Amino acid sequence: MRMAQNVLTFTDRGIYCPAGDFYIDPWRPVDRALITHGHADHARPGHRRYLCTDACAPVMRHRLGTIIVETVKFGEVRKIGDASVSFHPAGHLPGSAQIRVEVAGEVWVVSGDYKVVPDGISEPFAPVTCHSFITECTFGLPVFKWDNQKTVANDLNTWWAQNAADGKASILGAYSLGKAQRLLAMVDPEIGPILTHGAVENTNEALRHQGYSLPDTIHVTTALNAKDYPGALVIAPPSALGSHWARRFGPSSTAFASGWMRLRGVRRRRAADRGFVISDHADWDGLMSAIRNTGAENIYATHGYTDIFARWLNTQGYNAQVLKTEFGTEEDDIEASTGETA
Amino acid sequence: MKAFAALFTTIDQTTKTSLKTKALASFFQTADESDKLWTIALFSGRRPKRAVTTTQLREWAAEVGGIPLWLLEESYPIVGDLAETIALTLPPPSRNSDLSLTHWITELKSLATVDIDQRKARILDAWDQLDPTERFLFNKLITGGFRIGVSQKLMTRALAQATGQDVSSVAHRLMGAWTPENTTYHALIEAEDVEADDSRPYPFYLAYQIEDGPEALGAPEDWQAEWKWDGIRGQLILRNGAHHVWSRGEELMTDRFPEFARLTDFLPDGIVLDGEIVAWDGTQPFPFNTLQARIGRKTVPKKLLKDAPVILLAYDLLEHEGQDLRDLPLQERRARMDAVLHELPEDAPVKAAPPLPFDTWDALTQTRATARDHRAEGLMLKRKDSPYLSGRKKGDWWKWKLDPLTVDAVMIYAQQGHGRRANLFTDFTFAVWDGNDLVPFTKAYSGLTDEEFRQITAWVRKNTQQRFGPVRQVTPHHVFEIAFEGIHASPRHKSGIALRFPRMSRWRQDKPLQEANTLDDLKELLEIYG
Repeated sequence: MRMAQNVLTFTDRGIYCPAGDFYIDPWRPVDRALITHGHADHARPGHRRYLCTDACAPVMRHRLGTIIVETVKFGEVRKIGDASVSFHPAGHLPGSAQIRVEVAGEVWVVSGDYKVVPDGISEPFAPVTCHSFITECTFGLPVFKWDNQKTVANDLNTWWAQNAADGKASILGAYSLGKAQRLLAMVDPEIGPILTHGAVENTNEALRHQGYSLPDTIHVTTALNAKDYPGALVIAPPSALGSHWARRFGPSSTAFASGWMRLRGVRRRRAADRGFVISDHADWDGLMSAIRNTGAENIYATHGYTDIFARWLNTQGYNAQVLKTEFGTEEDDIEASTGETA
Repeated sequence: MKAFAALFTTIDQTTKTSLKTKALASFFQTADESDKLWTIALFSGRRPKRAVTTTQLREWAAEVGGIPLWLLEESYPIVGDLAETIALTLPPPSRNSDLSLTHWITELKSLATVDIDQRKARILDAWDQLDPTERFLFNKLITGGFRIGVSQKLMTRALAQATGQDVSSVAHRLMGAWTPENTTYHALIEAEDVEADDSRPYPFYLAYQIEDGPEALGAPEDWQAEWKWDGIRGQLILRNGAHHVWSRGEELMTDRFPEFARLTDFLPDGIVLDGEIVAWDGTQPFPFNTLQARIGRKTVPKKLLKDAPVILLAYDLLEHEGQDLRDLPLQERRARMDAVLHELPEDAPVKAAPPLPFDTWDALTQTRATARDHRAEGLMLKRKDSPYLSGRKKGDWWKWKLDPLTVDAVMIYAQQGHGRRANLFTDFTFAVWDGNDLVPFTKAYSGLTDEEFRQITAWVRKNTQQRFGPVRQVTPHHVFEIAFEGIHASPRHKSGIALRFPRMSRWRQDKPLQEANTLDDLKELLEIYG
């Protein structure tokens, strides 16, 4: 049998491919970085060259400033040294990818962050066959199971409509890149006006510019008078809830949208009126189906309940181990306590 | 169950007490009599008897959920609640039912009479027709304290709202040894004549801690001072020839303190005394841990009865000759109490708690400083003309505790909290230096802000050295000031000491590890205060 570890190795800078001399989502500055998606723990500043999908590049530029970015299309194969590299939709957020690396017939896939169910805006997750699969497992516990999007969208719209009828604004806390746009794709714009925080609107702009379709939104500027928009839905980063910024909307109901809202303890700690279980990560069943569909024997679990998840996979006939990365190291804590990015 | 689940969801979705009260009050106006009674029972700590163990529940849930037991066990500390973990793990129900809360409680009670296979089959059948919220509540009925964000106080207020009574009379109706099996909603809450229940105590009047000094209270001569004893607040009731002892936690503790039985020989019938139950060494209370040995026992061995006899240090008379005295001024109640207790023999298990005479606040401040010498935790200040109110009210009664003792200690183990604090590391073990070793001596869970818990959680994740199940050994680095109310020798602990009410009073980020206190420092405290 071929030595599997030759395709990718794990270094203190990140996941490394010796055959192509590049890194995937490295956390220390490197010469060449392949990036799965634009979230801060995966796309970090300071690399000399970046490679990502053309769908991901505008957001990265927006967040990282002037960087040297090469882009590829989804599915396009790029030869880098002795490695063949391609990007495949991860369904995590618009433009997010899994990265497939093939060296001498041996195939590894780095999942980045992913979810397997379509969300109405991200390119739907595409299973990629491989020998070794590096998977996230943010929600790798059997208690994490998501209702289908239609059910949750219905709850969300009911909440908004009820607040509007009660003369209250609906303030929804959601991460500005990905989650916010997905929510925009879920809500019913007929209910009322949709207002957005600057951080959310900047991302909206970038994505609209790329051709993603989002409902009309109104940027909340200092000039905006909230009274002109009764019954509005306000989408803002979680940190804006309960802040001075949020007070302008007068009487309101607050909610968070995150996979962590599945847990009552987290929901109560956030002290919002509502918690909607909406995640951009795969749930327990999603993780298991994604892993099964790769056909991989070797699984590396990263980002999440890695010890538990790897132990489970080993009982299911996989050769699984924990891969310690710096993905989500800070995010984890934010997620656990604030539900910010999941 | 759907109406009860809807009530729960409404309550769970808000942090506003007024909305919770409103939801509960409207439930009390609309739900069926039996469900109302059970709701009151659940929110006042009366649960149906447990017919299956939590171990069995875990095993069955794992089996139905198609996962190994260890995986369920690993999920539990992350979710922070077993009932919820199980509810979230099970597959969706195959059918839908709307049976009442009372039906499910009756079903759970009836499990006691069938064999284990049938119990399992019936629990699984219940899970298979309840939605996740109903399942969570159903599991909660089995697993333990039914704590879902409704305090007895809140429920009492909602009942008062729903029935148009005042809060303190509802509170009084809810006291005592009633169970949903031996009363009805009407008899308990609505009936004109409150049912005769000889054991029913009065709602306790509770004091707030004084914020600054006592000077703001006004003239010293309007106030009565007593020691604040470190025992169990209790009510001793003598009615119709029988005696009953209630703790402040509304637990009937009569059998644990058989000493009080002989009081029926000395004291007249129709008496209710409020006071502190303490273990008594003949002249003053033993430290609290002596009493603790007694509390843990439902039946008390002879030796313990002899080594740690309890008495009631009485400070108030709530009922005399069958009359409710709570509206009388304190000094009058006190005078009557002294007259009643005056004739008791020296060795009787009730003594009038000695009043502490004082002329000026300065003099009282000096008295307070000697509290530990009297095995007291500070002082109580009560307005002489105050009635006996119900619940925690500001104004007439104040506790004025001593400043706690403190040591600086090193955090060495961390564990995640439960419920609202699940996923945060909140339960820590602390150590002091013994030469070059760190000796664990206490745990503490409270005292930090949510933000501090978040910070320390991030730190624990990055600085875990070893895991022992849910417990993580962390790099010794952080020093915390631990505040506590008392210290005593304890052969059960490695350090040889145990603390009373330990909590984190400050995160000493300014203090290097080496400057934490030593075991010798603790022994010195034990010498002085133990």
